[in-house]
Amino acid sequence: MLINEFLLLGAVLFCIGVYGVIARKNAVLVLMSIELILNSVNINLLAFDRLWNGQNDGSVFALYIIAVAAAEVGVGLAMVLLIFRNRKTISLDDLSEMKG
Amino acid sequence: MLLAHEGEEAAVPLTGWFLEHAWLIPLIPAVAFFAIIFFGKKCKRGGSEIGIAAMVASLVISAGTAYQWIQGVGEETAPVIKEWTWFKIGGLEASIGSHIDGLAMIILLLVAFISTLVQIYSTEYVRGDRRYTHFFASLTLFSGGMLTMVLAPNMVQFILGWEIMGLCSFLLIGHWWEEAANSKAALKAFFTVRTGDMGLLVGTGVLLAIVGNLNIGDRVVDGETLHGINSWAAAPGSHPMLAVAAVALFIACIGKSGQFPLHTWLPDAMAGPTPVSSLLHSSTMVVAGVFLVARLYPVFHTGLDINVAGHHFNLIAVIGGITILIAAGLAFVQNDIKKVLAYSTVSQLGYMMMGLGVGAWVPAVFHIFTHAFFKCCLFLCAGSVAHTGSHHSFDMKKDMGGLRKKMPVTFWAWIVSTAALCGVPFFSGFFSKDEIIDSAHGNHYTVFYIIGLIGAFMTTAYMTRATYLTFFGKARGGAAHFVGHHEDHSHEAAHDEGHAEAADDHGAHGHDDHHAPVTHGKPLRFAPDDSPWQITVPLIILGVLAFASGYLNAAPFHIEKMHEWLHSSIGVTLPEAPVFEWINAAPSIILVLAGFLISLFVSKAVFGEGNSPLKGLTKRVAPLRWGHTFLVNKYYLDALYEKVIVHGIAHPISRAAYWTNQHILDATVNAVGKGGKQAGDFVYKYLDQGLVDGAVNGSGATARGAGSALQPVQSGKVNLYGALLFGAAAVGALVLVLVNS
Repeated sequence: MLINEFLLLGAVLFCIGVYGVIARKNAVLVLMSIELILNSVNINLLAFDRLWNGQNDGSVFALYIIAVAAAEVGVGLAMVLLIFRNRKTISLDDLSEMKG
Repeated sequence: MLLAHEGEEAAVPLTGWFLEHAWLIPLIPAVAFFAIIFFGKKCKRGGSEIGIAAMVASLVISAGTAYQWIQGVGEETAPVIKEWTWFKIGGLEASIGSHIDGLAMIILLLVAFISTLVQIYSTEYVRGDRRYTHFFASLTLFSGGMLTMVLAPNMVQFILGWEIMGLCSFLLIGHWWEEAANSKAALKAFFTVRTGDMGLLVGTGVLLAIVGNLNIGDRVVDGETLHGINSWAAAPGSHPMLAVAAVALFIACIGKSGQFPLHTWLPDAMAGPTPVSSLLHSSTMVVAGVFLVARLYPVFHTGLDINVAGHHFNLIAVIGGITILIAAGLAFVQNDIKKVLAYSTVSQLGYMMMGLGVGAWVPAVFHIFTHAFFKCCLFLCAGSVAHTGSHHSFDMKKDMGGLRKKMPVTFWAWIVSTAALCGVPFFSGFFSKDEIIDSAHGNHYTVFYIIGLIGAFMTTAYMTRATYLTFFGKARGGAAHFVGHHEDHSHEAAHDEGHAEAADDHGAHGHDDHHAPVTHGKPLRFAPDDSPWQITVPLIILGVLAFASGYLNAAPFHIEKMHEWLHSSIGVTLPEAPVFEWINAAPSIILVLAGFLISLFVSKAVFGEGNSPLKGLTKRVAPLRWGHTFLVNKYYLDALYEKVIVHGIAHPISRAAYWTNQHILDATVNAVGKGGKQAGDFVYKYLDQGLVDGAVNGSGATARGAGSALQPVQSGKVNLYGALLFGAAAVGALVLVLVNS
């Protein structure tokens, strides 16, 4: 069973995603990085599902995550679009109205 | 799954290194795409050298494949199939690989060849562009996608290639997306084609359901023949659902190949750079729909009752016929030279579809072949004129005219290609287009025979108009400046000045004027004022082929090479092609001549000097004015789609939502609000003032203290929030590990 390779892939994807969320200034790229993180989790779920010969619980969860991720990215992109319409930029640095 | 037991002997497949390694042909551009994306900007020539090298490599392998195929081909040669499993879902095993037969071979060669020339042309045309590297990356990816589609052994790979092309079309039309019109055109093209693409998925699904697999050709599994789509559909008494599959797939072809009623995206796609128009939107990508019909011809032939005695109409021929006339009509009222060519492309695609619809398979595929050369050449000529002669404008009435002396190479390439397009005898278009018209006559499709003839007449007339406006008469606008300057200045000096002026004039010219200051390459020695050699050499090559490519299948000289090579790809028995006789070709030749003379006369009168009574005729005579307005507005199809269909669907929904909002939600909210206000008054009087205020003030003070302590964390920087989130998660994970161990 190739469990380690899958987990490693998941970990690498997760790290790339986290790096993207922290380092990127472009809102769309941050959203994409979040997708990467979600998908790394998916890979983990599927890998463990196969490892424990489960009743496909992991696969089902992965499907839920895909659905939720689609909804999340839909809302996220809509927000980015509105921000862009109002302010002509999607750079996160310029969006600091919430500063305390 | 349908397994044949008759043990029909398939011919022994051909062997040869190139035939078995044909999968390299799309792979090389695909790899090159990634190379350009990652390393292109570091290269000396911005990645264009990688693209050109990849296309040349593809071209060499394609040529080898073609050579080995031609060497071994017989009447019923089986395709050479090489495939590997890509993925498995349930019982469906999708493979990826190559399927080489006559049809694939000829289109592979065509795509690789034209891609190479267009890339060479582009090195000069988009020189200095801010997204130069990305431009070449997209062009290379497009070639990879098209080649993937052409040698697809099954429908899954076919769809893969098809969609890659759609993506690249979107990217390249919107190459200069800073201008709203360009990105709008890209979106329009993408969405319109996607509308049709639904048909491709539906049709493929139906085929999977009725055939049981998605292979295009036959396979031998455990000594038995597993029928692919084509031989399954060609077998007598096949499924009634075949008609559904054929119609669904044809909807995809209508979208991709710009057939009526989804042709509206193609003229708008001219917003892209000219090399893109010449490669994607005239010679290769848009013929994908025609290619799909040719590839799965048994499905359409059986499903739509083509060549059945007593049937004078079928979906493919009708759509093709309508497209020919509608697009040719629109070409008369365009001022933009590229739009004329775009409508001409739509019209010629109509010829190909109509050819397939009347059972003229070989002539239709041959028309793909010849059309690619002459239409690509015409577009590149238009680009050459704009690049050098008219200050990056494509407006024939404002900025062209009188360019024939100054740009001899462009002019002659244009003339040869125009002659080929119009079907002047002995030029390539004559052999392919006339063969289609002749077959329509021979197969008893009289209506389409007449449409074909009218189309030939209109083609000649609008091309004569465009030629006159561009190269003859008095030079106007940008062209006048160009021609005037070259009376006494050298090439280089004139160009520098020309560019400065083009830059000033940004708003007036439509597109294609986005280059940063350009340094021109060297022109050819015998045409010092013409475009640089990177532009003129492809023009010369394509111009020669626009003439010569017709002689692969020249019926008047009994040359039937194309028929020999491609025959085994048809998959069904078609009626014998009519024997060529000059007397049958006479009507179209006469009509071409008539179209030329009438159009020349009218063009000279309307656009030339002097006072002709024809000038302004469309303004003075009401019925003509109405017709003109009708054409200028593109038969109001765009308005129909946008105003009626899109708004018709979107408006009732929004109106219903508004009504619900006003009458149900608002009423509820108001009622709740009133009740709340009364309750609030009561609470305020007795509870709030006395009891709560004290507590609130106390907690307020506490919160304020905590808030100012935590204030620095609320920096407003989303990235910092993300970092905090993941940091906290990491700490949590650490605690979890420590606790559990």
